[in-house]
Order: sequence, then structure tokens, then C-alpha cells
Amino acid sequence: MAQFFQQVVSGLASGGVYGALALALVLIHRATGVINFAQGEMATFSTYIAWTLTTNHGMSYWPAFAVTLAVSFVGGVGIHQAVIRPVERGSQIRVVIVTIGLLLLLNGLMTWIWSGEVRAVQSPFPGGTFTIGGVAIAYQDIGTIAVCLAAVVVLWAFFQFTKVGLALRAAAVNPAEARLVGIRVPLMLGLGWGLAAVLGAIAGMLTAPSVFLDPNMMQSVLIYAFAAAVLGGIDSPVGAVVGGLILGVGLNLVGSYIDFVGADLRLPVALLVILIVLLVRPAGLFGKPQVKKV
Amino acid sequence: MSRTTLRTLIVFVVVGIVVFALPAFVTDFRAQQFSYVGIYLVALIGLDILTGYTGQISLGHGAFMAIGGYTTAILMTDHGVKDIATIPIAIVVTGVAGYLFGLPAARLSGLYLALATFAIAVATPSVIKRFEGFTGGGSGVNLFGTPELTASLTPVRFAGLELNFNNWLYYLAWSVAMVGYVIGWLILRGRTGRAFRAVRDSETAAVSSGVSLARTKALAFGISAAYAGAAGALFAIATTYVNPDTFPVALSIFLLVGVVVAGLGSLTGLIVGAVFIQFMPLWAQNVSKSPGAPAVVYGAILILVVLALPGGAAGLFVRLQQLTRRGRNFQKP
Repeated sequence: MAQFFQQVVSGLASGGVYGALALALVLIHRATGVINFAQGEMATFSTYIAWTLTTNHGMSYWPAFAVTLAVSFVGGVGIHQAVIRPVERGSQIRVVIVTIGLLLLLNGLMTWIWSGEVRAVQSPFPGGTFTIGGVAIAYQDIGTIAVCLAAVVVLWAFFQFTKVGLALRAAAVNPAEARLVGIRVPLMLGLGWGLAAVLGAIAGMLTAPSVFLDPNMMQSVLIYAFAAAVLGGIDSPVGAVVGGLILGVGLNLVGSYIDFVGADLRLPVALLVILIVLLVRPAGLFGKPQVKKV
Repeated sequence: MSRTTLRTLIVFVVVGIVVFALPAFVTDFRAQQFSYVGIYLVALIGLDILTGYTGQISLGHGAFMAIGGYTTAILMTDHGVKDIATIPIAIVVTGVAGYLFGLPAARLSGLYLALATFAIAVATPSVIKRFEGFTGGGSGVNLFGTPELTASLTPVRFAGLELNFNNWLYYLAWSVAMVGYVIGWLILRGRTGRAFRAVRDSETAAVSSGVSLARTKALAFGISAAYAGAAGALFAIATTYVNPDTFPVALSIFLLVGVVVAGLGSLTGLIVGAVFIQFMPLWAQNVSKSPGAPAVVYGAILILVVLALPGGAAGLFVRLQQLTRRGRNFQKP
């Protein structure tokens, strides 16, 4: 039983990361109406910046963390202004193709700047474990869960209690009317991209210590985040986080108790989750079903 | 015969002659590179039928190529089937797989379809690794030097010509590409093609005109996958070796890049797309020797094409044609 709970806790930790990245996807989907396929590479890029700051410029972890978030925010806004805004009003396929282009571009840039070598990244949390009722829990897992939850709570408060947050929601829900009440809609959508980049950066920096940092680090995490976002409902921020946690725990348990799945077939299981949810309940657990008028 | 049909025929014959004569004028190494252009062309025709003509995006065509490639490799090594004979089987197997995937996928709208197909592309290598007993796992399947692989050890004699492996491969790939091109053209100009375009332009209008959405989309997926299967089979023969990394996510993405650069919904532009996929990494080496350079160039060009040239190469061609026609009209008094 102790082993079961250990699997649950480590599942919650990876689920927190999936949830953070899924939340980034949801933010962009609400703002721009598309799925950002470059979200994973954006997160990895941010992680490389943090790595450079700590190893080459002698910064300690948390200041580097903060600087990285700031840089990522600016980067996210910049990407939106430079390449997304011009195609935003066109067909969805065009925006999707642009994000695919970004994926390639960022992935290549990372290989170009930092070379494709895998790099070990230090963890900000102590290495050991502590025991509660016979269950050994890693500090790393607890730290990851705490940071993810904190990010989600801060973001929720921002959307709920600040004027900018309100304007952001308005711009996403109804751009035309938001403009009429004096909200600068393109700026708000750019802000959404910036926040998504920040969330991605957090997810990336929390993932890096447990795997190794290389340009493709977030590729599979992105698929889990897709699955989490779809499971929770692509328009629901709460759903993204809950979906991420369910998926993290679920995949961990399936991977360790069903031999057929093991470590190799987790990605296909996530794919199966995506397909089943889309076919059975396209709105996800928390989303509102969309009614299309003809 | 209408004028456009005649023009298409003339263009096709000219291209055919150029393709047939090309190996006589280029080095063996170039012939090999041009065979890959032919292989990509086959895959691009399939993807264009699905994405360009039916409006269903696919980021997972590399996975269908993997099915075709592995069908060929396994048939050749485990069952002693000659390489050419495996191609029709690979086409059928992949076509059926595509049709079966298309049945549920037909219910997914644009964005979700992109997502589901992307997930397939990412999951494919790990699935191949998992079923090791069947696919050879991570170490892959080697075809080089097997008696089933034509012309790999001794040159093949064909119609009085002696062809080494690269030349043989070139003619094989381009024969499949030309036949595939004609079949694609025939499909698209008839009733089925009209149904595809109707689904792309307005699903509501298509349904009102009696087109079954589910059946049409699944059919488009099946046909498109069959092309990818043929390309995958050729790819396995060309590389003489398949392993899970032969069909990475990047391959699926590059195919999409090829179709977009060529111009969605244009068969003639696809040759430009195929040339682009094959030679872009080499040109990118001039920009920088870094292994990341090709991806940067691919990505930048993809974004630029979408922003500045939505019609791709085919669109550019049409626009140039309009310009010259306008110029001619100016000269008329």
C-alpha cells in the first residue's frame, strides 16, 4: 500500500507539471482560439535560459528563476505580436501551421545556440525523502506540487481580482464588445501569450531536474498536456489543472501496475485518452458543450 | 478535350521526359537524392488530397509512412517477399489503417484533428519499440544485402539498360510517383474530388448536397494514407534499413511544410514541395554548419510562406501568370 501512495504522490508531481502546461494551452486557446504546438519548445527554451543563467553567469537558482519568468513573458508577448497577430483573423489551419513553424524554429535555435547535448540540471529542492506513515515522499515531488499550485493560485487571483485580468477575460470572450468598452484587445491577447509562456517556463524548469535538458525535452510532456487540456475541457482553466493531476496519477499507476503498458506505452495511453474524450465527450469534464449554429 | 486538360497532358509528358532522361546527366549521388524527391512527392500527393483538397489537417502522416515502411521491411525479411511485390501490400495495409483511423477522426473538427494526428506522430516510435518481437524494436530491421532487395548487390538489367541500385531506385520511385500523380488527378477531377472539395469549402453545404461527411472524410483519409504507405515502402527500400527513428515526428512536420510551401490544393506545385523537403537541409548548411540550422530555416520559411505567400509556390505561379497576362493586355491598343 505504501508503494501505491508513493506512486500517487509522484504522479501528482508530474500531474502538476502537465497541469501547468495544459493551463498555458488553455490560456492561448481562450485568447487566440488555437492550440499552440510550440508551447513545449517555448518552455524548453525558457529552461535553457535558466540553465545558462545558473551555470554560465553564476546566478543562484531562485533569482535565475525570476529572471527567466520575466524574459519568457516578454518573449511570449513578442511572439504573439510578430507572427500570430497577422494571421489571427484567418483560418485556424493557418495559425496552427504558424505555431508548427515556431516549433521547428525554436527547436532548431536551441540546437544551434546550446548544441543538442543533454545537460543535467540542478534541482532547487533537497534530494532526500521524508516519511509519513510509512510512505516515503521525495522533497522534489512536494516542491514541484507546491510551485505548480502556487502558480495556478496566483494566476487565478490575477484573473479574478485585478482589472487587467478582467479585461483579459473580456477580450477573450467577446473581442468586438471588449473593444467598444475601451479594452485594447490585441494587447490583451498578447498578454495571454505572455502568461502562457511564463506558465510553460515554470513547467519546463520543474521538469528539467528529473529528466535531462535537451531541445526535445518537453515534446512528450506537451502530449500529456494536450491530453490533460482535452480531458478537462480545452476552454476550462480549472479543468486543465484537474485534468493534469488525474492524468499524472493515472498514467503513473497504469505504468507501474499494468505490465503491458510499462514505461513505453504511456504516450499511446495519453493518445487514447485524447481520442476517447474527443469522441465521447468533446467538451471534456469541465467544459461547456458548444452549440454550433448553421 | 478542354484546354486545361490538354495543357495538363502536355506538362505531364514534358515532366515525364525530363524525369526519364535526368539520370543520364547527373551523378549517381544526385540520382539517389532525386529518388528521395520522388518518394516525398508520393507522400505529398497523399497529404495534399487530405489537407489541401478535403481540408482535413494531418500532422501524423509520418506514422502512416511508418506502417508502409514496416510492412515492406517485415514482408521482405520474415516472409521472403520481393521488394516490388511488397509495395502494393503496403499500400493496401496502410490504406485500410488510414480508413479505420478516418472513421472516428471524421468527427473531429480542424483543431482537434491536428492534435490527435500530432499525438499519433509522437507516439509512433514508442509503439514500434514496444512490439519488439514483431518490429525488431530499437535495433530495427536491416534490408541491405538481402536477396529480396533488387539491385542491392548486382546491377539489374531492365529493357536493355543496366541499372545500379541508385538508378534503379530512382526509376522505381518516379514510376510510383507518376502513376500516383495520374491516379490522384483522376480521383480529384471526378465525383469523389468534388465531394472532397465540397467538404473542405463548407461542410453544411456538402451535407445539404447529399455528401456523407463521415464516409467522404474516411475515404480521404484512406486514400491519403495509401499514398503515405507507398512512400513509406519506397523509403524503407531506399534507406535499406528501418528503425523507430526512421519515422520521427519531424518527418510528419516536414511533410506538412512541403505541402504548405507547394501551395495547398495544387498537385503541380507539389514537385516544388518535394524538392524543398529533400534539398532544404543541404542549402541550410550554407547558412550554418550547426545541426539546428535546417530546422531554423524550415521554421522561418514556413512562417514566412503563411504570412506573405498563402498560396505557396503554386500561388506564386498563378500570380506571375496574371501579371504577365495583364502586361500583355496593356500592350494591346
